[in-house]
Amino acid sequence: MKDVRDTRVVVAMSGGVDSSVAAALLVEQGYEVIGVMMRLWSEETTAAGAHNRCCTPDQMSDARRIADRLGIPFYVLDTKSTFRTTVVQFFIEQHREGNTPNPCIECNRQIRFDFLLNNALALDADYLATGHYARIQRDIEGNYRLLKGVDEAKDQSYVLSVMGQAQLGRTLFPVGSLPKAEVRRIAERFGLPTASKKDSQDLCFLGDGDYRRFLREHAPDVMTPGPIMKTTGEIVGEHRGLANYTIGQRRGLGVDSREPLYVVRMSIEDNRLVVGASNELGNLALTARRVNWVSGKTPASAFHAEVKIRYKAKPVPALVEPMDNGRIRVQFDEPVRGVTPGQGAVVYEGDVCLGGGIIERQPNQVGR
Amino acid sequence: MARRMVYLDHSATTPMDPRVLDALLPCFSDVYGNTSSSHSEGRRAERALETARETIAGLLNCKPHEIVFTSGGSESDNMAIRGVAWYARRVQQEVHLVASAVEHPAVGKTMAVTAGELGCTYSLLAVDHYGRVDAEAAAEVIQPSTTLVSVMAVNNEVGTLEPIAQLAALAHSRGVLFHTDAVQAGGQVRLDVQQLNVDLLSLSAHKFYGPKGVGLLYVRDGVNLHPTQTGGSHEGGRRSGTVNTPGIVGMAKALEIAYDGFDEFTAHYRTMRDLLIDEVLTHVPGTILTGHRTERLPSHASFVVDGVEANTLLMHLDTRGVLVSSGSACKTGNPEPSDVLLAMGLSREAALSSVRLTVGRSTTEEDVAYAVEALRASVERARTLPSGGLYDFN
Repeated sequence: MKDVRDTRVVVAMSGGVDSSVAAALLVEQGYEVIGVMMRLWSEETTAAGAHNRCCTPDQMSDARRIADRLGIPFYVLDTKSTFRTTVVQFFIEQHREGNTPNPCIECNRQIRFDFLLNNALALDADYLATGHYARIQRDIEGNYRLLKGVDEAKDQSYVLSVMGQAQLGRTLFPVGSLPKAEVRRIAERFGLPTASKKDSQDLCFLGDGDYRRFLREHAPDVMTPGPIMKTTGEIVGEHRGLANYTIGQRRGLGVDSREPLYVVRMSIEDNRLVVGASNELGNLALTARRVNWVSGKTPASAFHAEVKIRYKAKPVPALVEPMDNGRIRVQFDEPVRGVTPGQGAVVYEGDVCLGGGIIERQPNQVGR
Repeated sequence: MARRMVYLDHSATTPMDPRVLDALLPCFSDVYGNTSSSHSEGRRAERALETARETIAGLLNCKPHEIVFTSGGSESDNMAIRGVAWYARRVQQEVHLVASAVEHPAVGKTMAVTAGELGCTYSLLAVDHYGRVDAEAAAEVIQPSTTLVSVMAVNNEVGTLEPIAQLAALAHSRGVLFHTDAVQAGGQVRLDVQQLNVDLLSLSAHKFYGPKGVGLLYVRDGVNLHPTQTGGSHEGGRRSGTVNTPGIVGMAKALEIAYDGFDEFTAHYRTMRDLLIDEVLTHVPGTILTGHRTERLPSHASFVVDGVEANTLLMHLDTRGVLVSSGSACKTGNPEPSDVLLAMGLSREAALSSVRLTVGRSTTEEDVAYAVEALRASVERARTLPSGGLYDFN
């Protein structure tokens, strides 16, 4: 094992508390630390030039000052075009297919643990560190395992489930083994800003946080109005373009009905939004594609585990069955609501994240 | 190679010469008077100020009262352009201004802004692929209403020397004033204002081992400037504000040192620069020299590095201890291609891939060798950056 003093770590800094504390802890442990912030793509919304909310001028100068206080170099990496052609393009295309994508998963797959990690390695870094709430452990056979963060409420392993052995072997999550309250205390001890960026459902590249307006401007084809149809076949209204809706959505349908109606499926082929009663929402199974196994090895047979179908959902018991072409079939013990094509289905065994894939459209979500 | 720190960004700024520090320090404490005060401390400060002015006037070959002290190059450029244009606007209907297409923004942007504010027009002089203004083409641009032509003595990005004396003669033959931003040339080109025959000339002390925050504008007798900063009528009413005695005394000392050792310094710069250019072109694949091979600032080397984004390269070089700059220098990850390189006819991609290495008095052959190896290694790394899987760099 290399001496920490000869170990170079690139820390992805955002100016927020988590990545600042990550950097501070590494400096304290004696690593040679380099701070890097990615300048990501954003819409041109102002004449002064647009800024992605992950890397505004204020956040850049915050991160720069923190780096200076910690006595480490700091650079901003131009990531605009890579981010545009991967994450933003992916977001648009997924909506075109009637899916509700999670761009953070895609960003971790293609930007943070590929583009940025490669840039770090090119700088002769031994590791890339981020402020994520997750842990990396090495088992007795030398394989890396991805674990939930100690602070379950902050756990981010869901969006990190795209990582493989190569990435985990080159990654550090210095705050993943700490509760958030402890991270704030450490920030105070180092005299770092303690305010964290507001947790937001909004996407970082939207000028105003309104993804519907973004799609109207950048992908008007997915915003074509069409009929709202009940599962019984009855037309009950007009929708404003399928990308405005997500599976399980109740509010904002603009349909008069005595019983509450939910989005049950979207039919891209004939641009119909299909709504039904709550008992029509449950799924006993799902399939997912583009499955990543953290271990790098596809399990030989079906196994019992817990599966999380959204970032903020609770993992629920299920039978996970590997299939061909990097797909899995997940059989839940009880029907699960809100199975949404495009979101991640992430597989856990207790605290261990085994991997995950992207939820496909399910048979009851296809056709009329 | 053992790690060292090599500063090759002397065109951005230079460290202050210790002799300059010795000269200016007393002006913060001992000679503390306000040069405008009539009492003995005021007179002591005034003596220090006027001695500095005489020293500088002697070196530039002008009269002391033709020197106006400023806060630096940008203020001097603003004073020249705004001062001439505002004055002209009072006495004539149409005002037309001219600058080269490769000026520093202190001239280029100031001229555009001033033209907008005053409702006058301006033209830019095209350059060849070295970034050099063609005097014959310049003759076409001058109109009866042209009031001022401003062309830099040396381009900051590509180091090209501009034909100042020739352009000044052309301007005068048409009754037009001529200004030169000589900030990059300071200390490395003998700036004799009579020989150059310019009407206005900007200098900044920190480019020639002097202090930051001080510069000057040479204003030939008879040139009318509208004062851009008014108040207590310091500097002959041309630049109000309590005079920065320490900075000015330091600038005079720095210019004196630069001129005393002129041949020795510039010979050293040339040797280091030529070594740097030869070694880079030989050992770093895909590099092209920008600007002229010989008609360039003695300390200045600049390159386009094919297929490498300059800011990424600067990051790699910094981690290896080599400090340089780029034409698209940017600390916010949002690089814009250099206007200068675009005006010289380079592609947008090439203009985003330019680096500038500028040597100084302390640069050694070992520094150059270290920097070239660091550049070679950095370029190799920055160029092969893959995606779609981790790259094994070992």
